[in-house]
Amino acid sequence: MGSFDLNTLTIRKALYLLEKGEVSSVELTQACLERIRKVDEKVKAFLYVNEEWALEQARLADEKRKEGLGGKLLGIPLAIKDNILIKGHPTTCASKILHNYIAPYDATAILKLKEEGAVFLGKTNLDEFAMGSSTENSAFFPTKNPWDLEKVPGGSSGGSAVAVACRMGLGALGSDTGGSIRQPACFCGVVGMKPTYSMVSRFGLVAFASSLDQIGPFALNVEDTALLLEVISRHDPYDSTSAPKQFPALSQVLKENEGKKFRIGIPKEYFEHKLDSEVSKNFDEIVMLLKKLGHEVKEVSLPRTKYALAVYYIVAPAEAASNLARYDGVKYGLRVEGKSLAEMYKKSRAEGFGREVKRRIMLGTYALSAGYYEAFYLKASRVRTLIKQDFLKAFEEVDLLLTPVSPTPPFKLGEKISDPLQMYLSDIFTIPVNLAGLPGLSLPSGFTSDNLPLGVQVIGPHFKDDHVLSLAYQIEKELNLEAIPPIIKAL
Amino acid sequence: MGISIEEVKRISHLARLELTDEEAQTYTEELGKILDYFSLLKEVDTKDVQPTFHPLTWDTPMREDEVRPFGDVRKILANAPVSWEGMIVVPRVVKVP
Repeated sequence: MGSFDLNTLTIRKALYLLEKGEVSSVELTQACLERIRKVDEKVKAFLYVNEEWALEQARLADEKRKEGLGGKLLGIPLAIKDNILIKGHPTTCASKILHNYIAPYDATAILKLKEEGAVFLGKTNLDEFAMGSSTENSAFFPTKNPWDLEKVPGGSSGGSAVAVACRMGLGALGSDTGGSIRQPACFCGVVGMKPTYSMVSRFGLVAFASSLDQIGPFALNVEDTALLLEVISRHDPYDSTSAPKQFPALSQVLKENEGKKFRIGIPKEYFEHKLDSEVSKNFDEIVMLLKKLGHEVKEVSLPRTKYALAVYYIVAPAEAASNLARYDGVKYGLRVEGKSLAEMYKKSRAEGFGREVKRRIMLGTYALSAGYYEAFYLKASRVRTLIKQDFLKAFEEVDLLLTPVSPTPPFKLGEKISDPLQMYLSDIFTIPVNLAGLPGLSLPSGFTSDNLPLGVQVIGPHFKDDHVLSLAYQIEKELNLEAIPPIIKAL
Repeated sequence: MGISIEEVKRISHLARLELTDEEAQTYTEELGKILDYFSLLKEVDTKDVQPTFHPLTWDTPMREDEVRPFGDVRKILANAPVSWEGMIVVPRVVKVP
């Protein structure tokens, strides 16, 4: 068996070893599967692991490599959030209503990964239908933070963040509607990115809020994140909101931009909010670092920031209420028989959806219902325009923005689950980015005194994902953090 | 502003969600709090502001309207709770004459 240290193995390094023939994809995949067997019963990141399938894909990748065939991710084992369809395998969205659903086709992002030779290990846990910030809303079980098993991993893509943090996969895909990639990446000490809206096709991503949802990557470092995003960002005629554009080879631009100086804005309104003292201290250190690196740092204003959360919790549930109307016990998933069709709908949905999903369907239905549409949905959509304009105006003065990812470090399991508004507040710095459709990246930036990960968020203008990645790459290089959770260090 | 329990029940019917009395009570309290929070938006002047329904927009993409066979219809039917002869079975919706 080829020798490698799984705890420090990046995708880039693995590709190098594969190319030199020092390791095979089967060996890499076996190492990840063994890690899953050892660690996953403690952290519960996966809803579905299929060893036979994973090894079969790995064997195929090894054969291709022997035949001289390439692929940007040939033989690289990945984990996929369980709201993204992989043909022939379950997609549950961590919901009882889809407990037995087998995907009849591939999501476009999955097709792109397949074309480049990636190996899928399984599907990761999430808050039901991606609604939540802690992965506690999964209908099956909560996922735990590998840095402290009493703490949440963040959400909704908690399973994918934990899979990468524990090196159970070399990378992962998640989806981000209000922070669902960036906040768990931050809580678990890995890199996570929500690309510009429309860069990655949503075809085959189970819809939550269509004007906000975006698939994005998790990885151990910025370079791997860029590579994954490069592979999945393509125009797709199957998604009418997919950008009709060509994107740069993102993994190439990082080195080119290594010495590039940016004008970086710090939105002052983000600090009017109650911020944990360790989050704030760490943020200040990163600002100092940016100045040391020769970037110009200045305060900017996003005056409508305080309305973002209210706008989001009107718009997202309104879209969700519409999107989730399809779960009615007819075409797929759970059916509870009733005396009439209407009763069957009502009973199936009552039995199949969890509390948070029902709460949001109720909120969204209310916001769209006769008499409230103008006061809620339309009003929120107008304020959304102003929030977007704030960003566009700020980007006339600066190239990028830097903010905290979450106002607090990882919180305790159960701490916020009974107070929806408190839970919603944990996405206060990530939500505006989705409302405006901007790219945002969460980068590990240090640790609390209790050794819990902290992160900063880099935000860019539309389609400046390359600049977002480039600045994150510079900070990462300078910080040179080692983020290996104690639970796997001990192995 | 809050919300009444009758209103919650009306909304649950629109959403085709059966709620227990206990759930209706809980949602009345929770939704009430959240709706109160939303009243924050009232202070924003949105006169002459166009709504944003999508963060980025292009012209609606057009394509030829051509038939593309899905391939394996059985895979779709396999997900249906009840199917028969290539069809999905649902409870009777018309009255027996």
